[in-house]
Amino acid sequence: MIAIRSQPELDLIRRSGEIIVECFSKLGEVLRPGVETREIDRLTEEYILSRGAAPAFKGYQGYPASVCVSVNEQVVHGIPGARRLVEGDIVGVDIGVVRDGYYSDAARTYAIGEVSEKARRLVEVTRAALDLGIEQVRVGNHLSDVSHAIQRHAESNGFSVVRTLVGHGIGREMHEDPQIPNFGLPGRGPVLAHGMVLAIEPMVNEGVAEVLTLKDKWTFVTVDGKLSAHFEDTVAVTNDGPVIMTR
Amino acid sequence: MSKQKGIAVEGTVVEALPNAMFRVELENKHVILAHVSGKMRMHFIRILPGDRVAVELSPYDLTRGRITYRYK
Repeated sequence: MIAIRSQPELDLIRRSGEIIVECFSKLGEVLRPGVETREIDRLTEEYILSRGAAPAFKGYQGYPASVCVSVNEQVVHGIPGARRLVEGDIVGVDIGVVRDGYYSDAARTYAIGEVSEKARRLVEVTRAALDLGIEQVRVGNHLSDVSHAIQRHAESNGFSVVRTLVGHGIGREMHEDPQIPNFGLPGRGPVLAHGMVLAIEPMVNEGVAEVLTLKDKWTFVTVDGKLSAHFEDTVAVTNDGPVIMTR
Repeated sequence: MSKQKGIAVEGTVVEALPNAMFRVELENKHVILAHVSGKMRMHFIRILPGDRVAVELSPYDLTRGRITYRYK
């Protein structure tokens, strides 16, 4: 069952998403060579709390931090720690906020200083794949139209999409129905309707699609050790087209 | 934060239980409780102790799973 949100509820999700937008604009200056990944966690958590909201990830299924920081071959769910960013890294930052009972979820991948041409292109293609997916968020479209647009853009640029992790509905919980794969044929799955809210999140790999989990039980890495990028936005389906809650 | 889909592994059925549930020993020697996927029930695919099967584990409870395929 995909929940349908009323206009007041959509406004609350939007207000939750605003905090994530502010977090990302603050992080722009912080993400430099030499900074420890736990610093990103600390600053984000402090800011979310100062706005009277709560970090949605902390304690979720036992997750120990407020943000996920995934560097280079790490795909998603990297646990922040003492690792220092270095010039040439690409770093995915994933933030979730719950404000007045409503959730929002978004991720960006940043380049630290000068990065390789391949890394730059991977980040760019992943960002564009998310935008192409969001364009398909229209009343009457099928859910897999979103998935298909993402897969086509990633693969036509010579990259692969992760299959074991998916986007999700969001609202009163962080993970709600439906699951949103980043691959698939168009015209499948539920038909989108006004008031649905989706967290769409392409995870695109430079090499093969396969991923595995590290011993910490959270961090996903590419099996071939090649780069991975991740972008995510919380998007509402409306009669006027997609409304992005986290930009 | 992304959501994890089910994880696919292989195992051997060790015991048939009521309600189309089975005890399955996985390749890593763990024994889990698994039910049969709806599609396999629909096509009435019999599963007997000793059969090799593909199991999809729940990411939330690794002691439970869903049998998605019986190897011949």
